[in-house]
Amino acid sequence: MLLSIRDLSKSFPGTRALDGVDFDLRAGEVHALLGENGAGKSTLIKCLTGAYRRDAGEIRLDGEKISPSSTSEAQELGIGTVYQEVNLLPNLTVAQNLTFGREPRRFGMVDGKAQRELAREMLDGYGLDIDVGRDLGAYSVAVRQIVAIARAVALSGKVLILDEPTASLDAAEVRMLFDVIRDLRDRGLGIIFVSHFLDQVFALCDRLTVLRNGRKITTETTADLDRVKLIEHMLGHELDRASEEAATTDSVADDRPELLRFEGIGRAGVVEPFDLTIRKGEVIGLAGLLGSGRTETAELMFGVRTPQTGKTRDADGPVSHATPREAIAAGFGFAPEDRKTHGIIADLSVRENIILAMQAHRGWTRPIPRAEQDAIAEDYIAKLDIRTSDADKPVGDLSGGNQQKVVLARWLAMNPRYLILDEPTRGIDVGAHAEILRLIQEITEEGMSILVISSELDELIAVVDRVIVLRDRKHMRELTGEEVATDAIVRAIASSDHAPDAARDHAR
Amino acid sequence: MNVNPRLYPLLATIGIFVVAYLVCWIQFPYMLSTRVAGNLLTDNAYLGIVAVGMTVVILSGGIDLSVGSVIAFSGVFIAVLLRDTPLHPLIVFGLLLLVTTAFGAAMGWIIHVLAMPAFIVTLAGMFLARGASYMLTISSVPIQHPFYDLLKDAYWLMPGGGRFTLIGVVMLISVAGGAIVAHRTRFGTGVFALGGGEQTARLMGVRVGPTTMGIYAFSGFMAGLSGIVFSIYTGSGYPLATVGTELTAIAAVVIGGTLLTGGAGYVLGTLFGVLTMGLIQTYIVFDGTLSSWWTKIVIGVLLLLFILLQKGLVRATAIRA
Amino acid sequence: MKRAFLRVLPQLLTLAALIALVTLFFPQFLSVDYQAGRLSGPVIDVLKRGAPVALLAVGMTLVIATRGIDLSVGTVMAITGAVAAWTISAGWGVGAAIILALAAGIACGVWNGCLVAIFGIQPIVATLILMTSGRGIAQLITEGRILTFTDPAFAWLGSGTLLGIPVPTILWIVAAIATVVLMRRTALGLLVEAIGINRAASALAGVNASVLLIAVYMASGLCAALAGIIATADIRGADANNAGLWLELDAILAVVIGGNSLLGGRFSVAASVLGAMIIQTIDTGILLAGFPSEYNLVIKAALVLVILVLQSPNLADHWHFVRENVRRRREPEPSPDVKS
Repeated sequence: MLLSIRDLSKSFPGTRALDGVDFDLRAGEVHALLGENGAGKSTLIKCLTGAYRRDAGEIRLDGEKISPSSTSEAQELGIGTVYQEVNLLPNLTVAQNLTFGREPRRFGMVDGKAQRELAREMLDGYGLDIDVGRDLGAYSVAVRQIVAIARAVALSGKVLILDEPTASLDAAEVRMLFDVIRDLRDRGLGIIFVSHFLDQVFALCDRLTVLRNGRKITTETTADLDRVKLIEHMLGHELDRASEEAATTDSVADDRPELLRFEGIGRAGVVEPFDLTIRKGEVIGLAGLLGSGRTETAELMFGVRTPQTGKTRDADGPVSHATPREAIAAGFGFAPEDRKTHGIIADLSVRENIILAMQAHRGWTRPIPRAEQDAIAEDYIAKLDIRTSDADKPVGDLSGGNQQKVVLARWLAMNPRYLILDEPTRGIDVGAHAEILRLIQEITEEGMSILVISSELDELIAVVDRVIVLRDRKHMRELTGEEVATDAIVRAIASSDHAPDAARDHAR
Repeated sequence: MNVNPRLYPLLATIGIFVVAYLVCWIQFPYMLSTRVAGNLLTDNAYLGIVAVGMTVVILSGGIDLSVGSVIAFSGVFIAVLLRDTPLHPLIVFGLLLLVTTAFGAAMGWIIHVLAMPAFIVTLAGMFLARGASYMLTISSVPIQHPFYDLLKDAYWLMPGGGRFTLIGVVMLISVAGGAIVAHRTRFGTGVFALGGGEQTARLMGVRVGPTTMGIYAFSGFMAGLSGIVFSIYTGSGYPLATVGTELTAIAAVVIGGTLLTGGAGYVLGTLFGVLTMGLIQTYIVFDGTLSSWWTKIVIGVLLLLFILLQKGLVRATAIRA
Repeated sequence: MKRAFLRVLPQLLTLAALIALVTLFFPQFLSVDYQAGRLSGPVIDVLKRGAPVALLAVGMTLVIATRGIDLSVGTVMAITGAVAAWTISAGWGVGAAIILALAAGIACGVWNGCLVAIFGIQPIVATLILMTSGRGIAQLITEGRILTFTDPAFAWLGSGTLLGIPVPTILWIVAAIATVVLMRRTALGLLVEAIGINRAASALAGVNASVLLIAVYMASGLCAALAGIIATADIRGADANNAGLWLELDAILAVVIGGNSLLGGRFSVAASVLGAMIIQTIDTGILLAGFPSEYNLVIKAALVLVILVLQSPNLADHWHFVRENVRRRREPEPSPDVKS
């Protein structure tokens, strides 16, 4: 066994990111690490590369206990990592990037010729024919990935971790990358491959390990596993139990009046054009794996990204939502997935966060009187049970669940007709989960329509009337009534009319 | 072979200089004489030297506002020491360079340790250096030393009567030295890496603390050297001298094609940036009717032009990626 | 109210300590005379001389609250001063002079704001352009001379008094109060803070960040214009070379002394103008106490350093780190490092 991890645990204030995880990597295999956001993949990798210090457990490399305390130490031990984004420096040349830290020198100066020579040697066998004297930034992402791999292999040479390496590659580039990875595997490296593209996992990997909520669910040989089973492992549902719950979903949706009609909304490289009709008081779920276009759909609807095609209408005529301000004016609301960077304004108080959208909509000349602000804040603090010592506490000091409720309160205070919730229960403790779901139910009883994006299928089917299933940035199926059940959703996500071609175009 | 895109800003800078010189030459044929060329080098020597240090700072994504004050401090330090002590100028130079280099290193250390913007830390440095020179003297102190007369009159008479002065030579050597440090050492690669992104640089193994200290120490050294050259040029030390030189130096660096956000540029470009600015001044002197304020406006326009050009280039590469 | 008082308490205490210190060396510091219809005395002098920096600090506070910086304010003072002096000498009268100068200040602000908000150029770079070229523009207006004038009405703005109080003093106090009222009685203050803390999240909540950014640079230009008018009126002439020279740095310093973070967010205009008064008290105090004015800059440098240490994001981390280390030392490492 090249690398073996036993009983690895890591906690952050409020969450247990890894809980007794075991993981094995053989020399000469590609081992996929799978799981939704927050499952613990990146924490595991960061513990391996020394970016985080583990709380408990042991890591053995070639039988020796290791505990790297920095990325460079991990590199020296033989563990190299290639991240999706922050990797190499686009403003340096390919040769400088490859030889960084070990430039050949003559008389104390970097020998440019020898440096380029060394760089070409390092790239030998990767099938790249590029000018190493050029800026790395001048080349495509795929070339940069391969350069990063070449550097990591040259520096480390035992374990190679690839974190979402294919996220922004097109089909041909993915194929090129896979050839490189297979070649490295045959040379005896152990490769950990993190990806959310299941097709790629099936095409490339020998084994896979699924994480969920910080726990290891299973390690399987890829060849022995079918797609449905894998998605069940990832989304965490036992089919028979979930089917019972499905029966409780009401299907009165059809007679409710139509609120909004999105027609052909799309943007190249983001989401393929889709149609969607929203009825009054309806809860619609968006299901799909990470990277399937769920969040992007929401962003197009709210004008975070401007749609290139399509139009939207309501009963009174066309509705414009090319920017968030227009979307808000049209009565939309959006609680984004990443609360910290796109939701809360950390240093502002709970009260100010709650009234922010309202105030921005009213315009600066018409401030909401302080008494009214206090009333609104107190009202929502009570209604949503936001746990804070007082309304003037900075929202950044609150727990994740309460921050989420503050963002919800911000939109509820606007009384929108259509509210989009992207992963509303992510990173929230179990008690708050249930409360947020209860809230969603309550809101719709007042006639608001909601679009929920969630990786937790149980939660999704508990609240929604209809589910749209997405795959590969495309709206694939709509499930209604009886069909709103985990097994149907999992099958819709898994249905692979295109499985054989692993390196299909992921719609840039 | 086609041209590496990273060279575009440098080529634009050189192109602008050549075109500007051509325009000058057509109007005033005398501009293309060794006399004018020699003066261009001599008059802008101190600026060129300090701009080399500034280039390295800006390449790393930082800024050093203290250099103007450090030049003034250097002049005063030399003048006072030569007046009050029997030390030989060369020893004084050595002492001064030690002081200014340590001063720069200290600023770099503070920037790194406190994780505060370089802008505000070097602002404090600017006050400190200026205050220190006031404390040495508040009036202009002439430098009288036989060795200084020697330095001042050291030149090589070029054909055509132009003087290729020692301080011009010092500037060219500084540019060459700066180019080697920035483009041909591991330290230099670290500087570019920091300018490209501190996080990534750290991942790739740059030791951020020592590198930051080295960058500002280098800038301090260059400012000290520039102070020496300036004291030779003016023959005195004056605490109110070179107010605002830091901005002129930053402008020269940007017009020289270096990205103000860091990570891309050439030391050689800075030389052309300095010379272009000097050329504008020379042209105005030759013209006689134009007023000196046009210099500032033209430099401002050039600044805007280069910043927009860079913005465009950055955007173009981003789209391609 | 109590919260607002607590916010400016450190600045008030600093100012009080400084005044006590200066009084120690120069006992008459706090004495105020009333002669010929005007108040005089060192304190009044501080309040008057501090006017330009206080005015600049008001605008700078708003810019810094959005995570920006405006390096051009000193230059804008020179431009607006030149515009005012030119208008007066052209015989268009005081009213036109004031209006044109303010308009010039706003135009400068719009220029900076557009570069920042629309072209996405970093504030320090964007305002550097006007900082370097603006003095040329001012000299263009004054044609390189010090443009002097003898208009008593305009000069009154710089050296006159109203109810015994110097007009510049009244102007900066009124400007500061007006800004506080505008920011806190409308929603502007909240929205400015929101985009300074988290521009992306604010935009998603429907805050129009671009317009607000342009507005704060406009406000800064307007404040600089007022400061320029005062400076010009005070010396009865526009000096394109020296008007407002290096005052942008004093203004930034005042804002920082006012406890406003250079990283944007929460701001207090009141604390910033107190910061300006602290700077002016140091300036005047050093002179009065008989110290050589050379110490002035060194003291400023020391002040900046102290504030930097207090504001440093690393400081909190360092404390955390120290405590963490102590804790680690007490408990044995969970797994001993194996390193070859």
